[in-house]
Amino acid sequence: MTDWIDIGTLSDIPQRGARTVRLDGEPEIAVFRTGDDKVFALVNECPHKKGPLSQGIVHGHLVACPLHNWNIALASGEAQGADSGCTPTIAVREENGRLLLARPEAQNPEALRDAA
Amino acid sequence: MDFQDGIEPNSDYDDALIVPSDDVREHLVVVGNGMAGCRAVEELLARDAGRYRVTIFGAEPHVNYNRIMLSPVLAGEKTFEQIVINTREWYDENGIDLITADPVTTIDRAAKTVTSRSGRTVHYDRLLIATGSDPFIIPVPGKDLSGVISFRDMHDVDTMLAAAEAGKASGGGSAVVIGGGLLGLEAAHGLTLRGMKVTVIHLMPTLMERQLDEAAGWLLKSALEGRGQTILTGADTAEIYGDGKVEGVRLKDGREITASLVVMAVGIRPSTALAREAGLEVNRGIKVDDHMVTSDPSVLAVGECVEHDGNVYGLVAPLWDMCRSLADGLTDRHTGYRGSVTSTKLKVAGLDVFSAGDFSGGEGCEDIVLRDAARGVYKRVVVKDDKVVGAVLYGDTADGGWYFDLLKKGEDVSEVRDLLIFGQAFASGGGALDPKAAVAALSDDAEICGCNGVSKGQVVGCIEAGACSLDAVRAGCKASASCGQCTGLVENLLALTLGEDVQSGPKTMCKCTSFTHDDVRREIVAQDMRSIPEVMQKLHWTTPDGCSSCRPALNYYLLCALPGEYVDDQQSRFVNERMHANIQKDGTYSVVPRMWGGLTNPRELRAIADVVEKYDAPMVKVTGGQRLDIFGIKKEDLPAVWADLNAAGMVSGHAYGKSLRTVKTCVGSEWCRFGTQDSTGLGVKTERMTWGSWMPHKFKIAVSGCPRNCAEATIKDFGIVCVDSGYELSVGGNGGIHVRATDFLCKVATEEEALEYCAAFIQLYREEARYLERTAPWIERVGVDHAKARVVEDEAGRKALAARFLYSQSFSQDDPWAERASGNRADLHQHLQPQALEAAE
Repeated sequence: MTDWIDIGTLSDIPQRGARTVRLDGEPEIAVFRTGDDKVFALVNECPHKKGPLSQGIVHGHLVACPLHNWNIALASGEAQGADSGCTPTIAVREENGRLLLARPEAQNPEALRDAA
Repeated sequence: MDFQDGIEPNSDYDDALIVPSDDVREHLVVVGNGMAGCRAVEELLARDAGRYRVTIFGAEPHVNYNRIMLSPVLAGEKTFEQIVINTREWYDENGIDLITADPVTTIDRAAKTVTSRSGRTVHYDRLLIATGSDPFIIPVPGKDLSGVISFRDMHDVDTMLAAAEAGKASGGGSAVVIGGGLLGLEAAHGLTLRGMKVTVIHLMPTLMERQLDEAAGWLLKSALEGRGQTILTGADTAEIYGDGKVEGVRLKDGREITASLVVMAVGIRPSTALAREAGLEVNRGIKVDDHMVTSDPSVLAVGECVEHDGNVYGLVAPLWDMCRSLADGLTDRHTGYRGSVTSTKLKVAGLDVFSAGDFSGGEGCEDIVLRDAARGVYKRVVVKDDKVVGAVLYGDTADGGWYFDLLKKGEDVSEVRDLLIFGQAFASGGGALDPKAAVAALSDDAEICGCNGVSKGQVVGCIEAGACSLDAVRAGCKASASCGQCTGLVENLLALTLGEDVQSGPKTMCKCTSFTHDDVRREIVAQDMRSIPEVMQKLHWTTPDGCSSCRPALNYYLLCALPGEYVDDQQSRFVNERMHANIQKDGTYSVVPRMWGGLTNPRELRAIADVVEKYDAPMVKVTGGQRLDIFGIKKEDLPAVWADLNAAGMVSGHAYGKSLRTVKTCVGSEWCRFGTQDSTGLGVKTERMTWGSWMPHKFKIAVSGCPRNCAEATIKDFGIVCVDSGYELSVGGNGGIHVRATDFLCKVATEEEALEYCAAFIQLYREEARYLERTAPWIERVGVDHAKARVVEDEAGRKALAARFLYSQSFSQDDPWAERASGNRADLHQHLQPQALEAAE
């Protein structure tokens, strides 16, 4: 049983950009829209030094962290290239024009990170 | 023009219930006389012609026609008669009762009857629902005005043809097509051919975004614009206006397009109302199993109205697959439908387009891209785990079937990967087609570079004469110096001619391209390129939308080349320039208001103090450039902070940008006992002239009032040191990691000259430096003599450079804070607001 939370529409997010969502008791979530209109959600923290990934440049299905330019795969949260580390992903889907975000099961950020 | 096929609504079915007493066969009633319904019956007849008695209800007054061919009818390439699939005789010969112009309105599953609009009630043993889909009408004001239509059936085509005729009478009518998908573009094409002035309004940034990636969408847009259509992408319809009859369309950004006809072609959705009312299980479409049976075992459904395994299809091929499985089921063969992998090979308005599978890329996917701008060809094949998973082809779709076949079969393509993008003929040609061998096999007079007409012999001659790098070949014989399409061939010739002695050229801009920064800048100007997708297309980028290195660079180069014209791409800017503030290590921002020449006053100080208190900023600091930096502001508070600072008359200090940062000053002759000139006043004038300018990198200026140089002007990008007899100008200084003192440029006598030389130098740097190259490494690379020659010795050139700078500045000196504080794109600073919670499985 997953709680799906309606967070708006695709057009609320700029193409090749992101917006953030705050849910009680959860780390801030970044919801990305790519150039080909795919939507991904990650905890809004780079695995490196917690840079806000939502503010990075989105290219292909990657985002470049705005602090130190690590490239993070949007689908897996994995750092690319020589860097290693992973940001937790959150399920998000589009249905009838609405974006639905899965409410993370865990109640605190550390547990969520561990789960991922 | 009359496309009616002469069929009258049937008059021989007046009885309420049609049950011919002599026919004891099971009665199959089909709701829908379209492509799916009829095809299902055809498949059934092919298997067991006599098994069912068949009655078909159609809503339209026609026999079954090929809906896909409505576009050619609109375009005048075909007549209605030519797109009829089954004539009246076919229905008669097969003993099918056809009831036209009389849609079924209710299904009574308990009684096993259907009732039509005219009141006819028919009993069924098996019912087949093939209601297809309905055009989606966007709920804008004016959608019900006369002259607003969809593009779905013959009636719509007749309306369009009538509008085109009426337009001709009044000297050419104009039409708006809402929707830049396939259907919309077909409608637009037909209307254009019929002499109408057509504007296509598309909500998404590129055309046909479901079938094409951005690059192909861009090519399509260019081609259609070349045919006289106006294509507005990223355009959101606010309303359709008119008094009773449509007069035009107004967009949300306020633009108005007058039109006597509006075609809504934004999409289709499964027509499920009838099934839903009958209590059948319906999700996005009518839910069916592998044998196309609905939640009621006596009721089947097929075509665009159904949902199978979570999928809804809007293409013909899956529909044929479904009809085969359905007919198998009806004749006790149980093959079962397993879903369809779809491909689209289309001629959009006469332009070839193909897409198949998943071309959106993603984890583990590799894109193989071929761009041939001169021929208008774009190919992209997406490979994952050595298998083709998707393809997009534009302009040359000959190999679409082959890619689709590889995709469906999941064949391992690692053997032919290098040649895959060149198509089947090339890739299947065997081992001889190693690219180097292919080049070696060319004759000496074979053309290598089409742009510059350079033959293989000339390229080899150039290499043998000493050119041992790509750049040297480009300089020597022009091959590969224009569109770059032949770069691979030239590299192969270098390798063939020199063996392993090929020198690697200057570093390319990034991994997405084989071009250097200098190449890209030159080609943007030479080919008059105007957008990032256009550059990526024409210069053969190997990634779909670049990376975090090339996108900001391209955005800057275009901005520099086309002041006042180029529309800045915010998403290609680093966060600081997007948020107009400096991101700090904890994700908060710091804000630096401009303090002209380092001057301030009580009002500004008070405003800054108030902001610090109001937003709980943990720190305020004087920057190295003599400005006040307010730290620790949250992203969502930024617009409010700016509004408060704006209210005190302060604008953005651009301390975050690849732009003019500050003009540092000393106090100068007004107060200082050594000061020779009004350095503070000149600093203010310099900053007023240069603020807001975008640069390859950050740019700092300083003005010192005497040779004691308190403003440290000799480690700035542009330094002015005032002396008794005038102003000493120097350039290329840097106080960063590698401290570099400026090179002396020249001495001038007046403030006006100092400002003109400053503007000219900045423009030279803006036009020639590589993105993220500060003036210090740039000057070291090109030599200060180059700057002297252009700025000091060439008076006309200097004045032209300064004029170009000031022209650019006429567009860029708007305070970005004021724009955001006024609410424009303020949403980018706010969190998404979750709506009501919804539970799902």
